[in-house]
Amino acid sequence: MSEHAGKRQGGGRKAYRGWLFLAAVCAFYLLLYWLFPQFGAAGIGRFQTMAVELGPVFLLVFFFLWATELFSGTTRKLAELTSHGSGVKGWAIAIFAGVLSHGPIYPWYPLLQNMREHGMRVALVAAFLYARAIKLPWLPLMAFYFGSAYMVVLTFWILVFAVLHGWLIERLLGESAAPD
Amino acid sequence: MTITQNKLLPLLMASGKKTVAMFLRLFPVLLGVLLLSSLIIEMIPTLIAWGALGHGSLIDMLIADAIGSIAAAQPVISYLLAGELQKAGVDLYAVTTFIIAWVTVGIIPLPVEAMMLGWRFAVWRNALAFVMALLVAWLTVVTLHV
Repeated sequence: MSEHAGKRQGGGRKAYRGWLFLAAVCAFYLLLYWLFPQFGAAGIGRFQTMAVELGPVFLLVFFFLWATELFSGTTRKLAELTSHGSGVKGWAIAIFAGVLSHGPIYPWYPLLQNMREHGMRVALVAAFLYARAIKLPWLPLMAFYFGSAYMVVLTFWILVFAVLHGWLIERLLGESAAPD
Repeated sequence: MTITQNKLLPLLMASGKKTVAMFLRLFPVLLGVLLLSSLIIEMIPTLIAWGALGHGSLIDMLIADAIGSIAAAQPVISYLLAGELQKAGVDLYAVTTFIIAWVTVGIIPLPVEAMMLGWRFAVWRNALAFVMALLVAWLTVVTLHV
């Protein structure tokens, strides 16, 4: 319980830092707009496009997170499947989920944080994130540009390195690495 | 029915409040990161046009790794840019490094990743992914030439 209270206090400090970060970025934009108006305007234009694209995704993730909060038993079960005793099955689930997960990375962070809090291995979080490099919907386009052999070989090495990446992260941070 | 409603409503409210709090904490960082990403994406074609690449395999791989690492956009853009790089004569080692770094290293989303999963995790994960992009690219091209 006290751990949760500590986390909340830490969360308050982090939220404050978040607004400071946004203020710094806005100040940088103002400076840029003043020095290079065309570049600043192009950046704002790109931001508007990205925000419109990401809006519905975040809305979906919000409801998904709400649902996982409601059915925390399911989250616990998923975390159990990827916890320290999960073995090969845990690795397979993390990598498979990483490959299947698509869309921008940002909405996945809160979900992974939630899973970590319920006991997901740090190695499997890293493996999941690395396996996201395989973008199933875009593989045909990669094959079109660089050839099918290139696409197959690159996909194979990404899978191998997803495991290696996860294993190394756990060795570096320790098995029970907690968010700082 | 009333009993279920009496139990469900507070549960919905509590989990809703927790989710809103999580999103509000993330919101300013996310907004800042998206603003920065927008600038970076605008800069990448300019960097390529300035001839940042084309200095030999290893240096090109490192530069491609750095450019890919600061990019934060749809992977399809990396394929298009990588295709252009290849047409411009940049070798497959650098082109592959660029594609891998684009999807595995995230310098711009780093503050969000650190906020959610911890600074140590975020920094080590990205540093390792930066090095691994070089290895995966090298192994891919070597395997293709076998």
